[in-house]
Amino acid sequence: MRTLAHSLTLALLTAAAVAQELPHAFVGGRVLAVSGPPIEDGVVIVQFGRIRAVGARTSVELPSGAKVVDVKGKVLMPGLVDTHSHVGGGWGADSSAPIQPDVRMLDAINCRDAGLQRAQAGGITTINVMSGSGHLMSGQTIYVKNRDARTIEEQCYRFPDGTPMGGMKMANGTNSQQDPPFPGTRGKSAALVRERFLAAQEYKRKLDAAALDATKLPSRDLGHEALLEILSGKRIVHHHTHRHDDIVTVLRLAKEFGFRVVLHHVSEAWKVAEEIAAANVACSLIVLDTPGGKLEAMDFDARSAAELERLGRADLVGFHTDDWITDSRLFLRSAALAVRAGVSRETALAGLTLNAARMLDLHERVGSLEPGKDADFLVLSGDPFSTYTRVEQTWVEGSKVFDLSNEHDRLWAEGGWGAGLARAGALCCVGEAVK
Amino acid sequence: MNAKLIGALALLALPTLAQDLVVRGERVHTVCGAVIDNGIVVVKAGKIVAVGNERQVQPPEGVRTLSAKVVTPGLIDAHSVVGLAGYLNQPQDQDQHDPTGPIQPELRAIDAYNARERLVEWVRGFGVTTLHTGHGPQALISGQTMVVKTRGETIDEAVLVPRAMIAATLGTASRSKSPGTAGKQLAMLREALIGAQEYQRKLRAAGDDAAARPERDLRKEALVDVLERKAPLLVTAHRHQDIVSALRLASEFGFQLVLDGASEAYVVIDELRLAKVPVIVHPPMARFVEELENASRSTYRKLADANIAFTLQSGYESYVPKTRVILYEAGVAAAYGLGAERALRSITLDAAKILGLDARLGSLEVGKDGDLALYDGDPFEYASHCIGTVIEGVSVFEGSR
Repeated sequence: MRTLAHSLTLALLTAAAVAQELPHAFVGGRVLAVSGPPIEDGVVIVQFGRIRAVGARTSVELPSGAKVVDVKGKVLMPGLVDTHSHVGGGWGADSSAPIQPDVRMLDAINCRDAGLQRAQAGGITTINVMSGSGHLMSGQTIYVKNRDARTIEEQCYRFPDGTPMGGMKMANGTNSQQDPPFPGTRGKSAALVRERFLAAQEYKRKLDAAALDATKLPSRDLGHEALLEILSGKRIVHHHTHRHDDIVTVLRLAKEFGFRVVLHHVSEAWKVAEEIAAANVACSLIVLDTPGGKLEAMDFDARSAAELERLGRADLVGFHTDDWITDSRLFLRSAALAVRAGVSRETALAGLTLNAARMLDLHERVGSLEPGKDADFLVLSGDPFSTYTRVEQTWVEGSKVFDLSNEHDRLWAEGGWGAGLARAGALCCVGEAVK
Repeated sequence: MNAKLIGALALLALPTLAQDLVVRGERVHTVCGAVIDNGIVVVKAGKIVAVGNERQVQPPEGVRTLSAKVVTPGLIDAHSVVGLAGYLNQPQDQDQHDPTGPIQPELRAIDAYNARERLVEWVRGFGVTTLHTGHGPQALISGQTMVVKTRGETIDEAVLVPRAMIAATLGTASRSKSPGTAGKQLAMLREALIGAQEYQRKLRAAGDDAAARPERDLRKEALVDVLERKAPLLVTAHRHQDIVSALRLASEFGFQLVLDGASEAYVVIDELRLAKVPVIVHPPMARFVEELENASRSTYRKLADANIAFTLQSGYESYVPKTRVILYEAGVAAAYGLGAERALRSITLDAAKILGLDARLGSLEVGKDGDLALYDGDPFEYASHCIGTVIEGVSVFEGSR
């Protein structure tokens, strides 16, 4: 059985590789490239998993031998980038300590979890998967390319040095306040974080001092090593924060230690938008149906995106699902509700794609439909911000990973019997390649 | 014709009252009939006295007029805990569940409702005028529910039906040390109802003889009302076997059953149709995990196709968001196959029917309460806003939400 499944997988992989050599032209749709204005009657040409050309039908020449896909009446846009999600069923840090930078989501995520399939059904092609906010620092996040994969190794983005790519999850406010050894107050929370960064700086000094004499190297410390990746700018801090004073505390600590940070949730960003803009710090916003549910979200307001835009900093606006807080299948809705609260459609669109990619250092690869970028894109039934619009197809690197017209895929989109189960093992592993 | 006549009468009646109002809509969804273009709804003394287009209805002079692109009946959330559950989600504002006992039908919702709760104000701003709210789905029998209008500063100003239903819950949400299993849950419910039957017999035997009556027992009194079909038993059940257990229980004791949640309803469609049980289905944006792992956004369409009476609900949320918004939920149901027209009917007239209030609520008809919602576009579109809410002719929200 296993052998059969394995051979089948290999056969499919081979078919996919061959098929993708043929350029595919998606013709006639409304193309929201994000990097430029909307294109009516547009063309997107895809080959070898990358975007080869984007433009109006009148200006883009179809390559000879291209397979033409008619998408008249549809909307094409980049795959969505979810900057904060808990799909994959993984738990990072445990209850032993409030700061655990050594823990990696890489070692905890289930790449066949139904949540990843549901995210495909919602058009999410890139996901920053992380631990919860019950710790000041709950571990390293993982940036997932949301293709059907057999292992997380096949699925994760990589740093230039080849190691799995991700950020670091941090939190302040009420979630991380617990019984000792966790902090009990906001002041203690900040003090614990500062002590830890100072210790990492000390570790760095020892490493530097040992540069010429290996015998002086301190013994390896996984936590310090991860913190040094933050201090060097390689690893971005993804910081849970809601209340205005907690937000300002994050900005203060980021300035003291010089780390790169993206603010996450930021319920009260609208109260301190000027400070956020001045600090040039990006905001990955949660959009909720109701304020409250916990004290630090009592003044949540969906107008935060509009406030940042009003200050001329639309580039700082992004969104996330925080799945399961909101549903990956309805990620477009988060931005649509920000439009309802006053932000422009352009900013809302960028907040789901290019701005979000920038928050993960992935904007050179994904987030817009531009030649050379990954062929991660969606075919929508209509306007991305309409309630009635459905994601009809999701493509990752030129392979279709979700198709609403497929009965099995529809299960991920709508739910139904067995939709909560993890993806089956045997036929799990390759999205339908372009044929 | 009637509408015209009544409109003319309204014109003559003076002086105008605080509960007199004219609402104009480029599109007026009456729900009970066709959409009226450039429609006019006249409310007098809190009741609708005329509905029609500009040719049919002559609005009275000197009465305040509100206008909107789209006008609908006030929305009805057929199952919520708002007002008992508060938005802060702290112990002092969570009154939807008392954990001291598994069966407490004597707990009245009217004794626990905070009319000034921010969540009440919040949903009112989306056009919700009526809430079926009360004790939550967290105990075998958690207490009573009631129907309120989303107005007033006290329960007395808000309440419409002081006791609507008795709330029961099967499945894992109501399990603890005991009841700890499905079998035990049903055994305990049957014992409680049999105890109520015994109490009922004693009451009947005593007749008018006060001295012969059994000592008053609030718990049993509430369950006797269930047995006598004075209050439906609202049973929250998600798994198909729990749904069937609820049907079995209703059949044994003859009470009026309203099924709630019912995420696996689509696998027992025939049984539901046969039992003629209305269903208040889980919100389509509920989290499809644990007991809801088989939930489907196509359930609404399937129930509609099977001619089973159903509506939606905002339901109970333990965390963020602290409540869902029925307008948003109906929009998602509409997009996943139910269609906008049926989705609107579901959270207005169909909800009113299931609550037994369709003589007063749920559509824009002469004689019904002047409860309306005003929108600046398709109510279900994400980018539209609710710009006004009217309860019995009184504007209770104006703005843009």
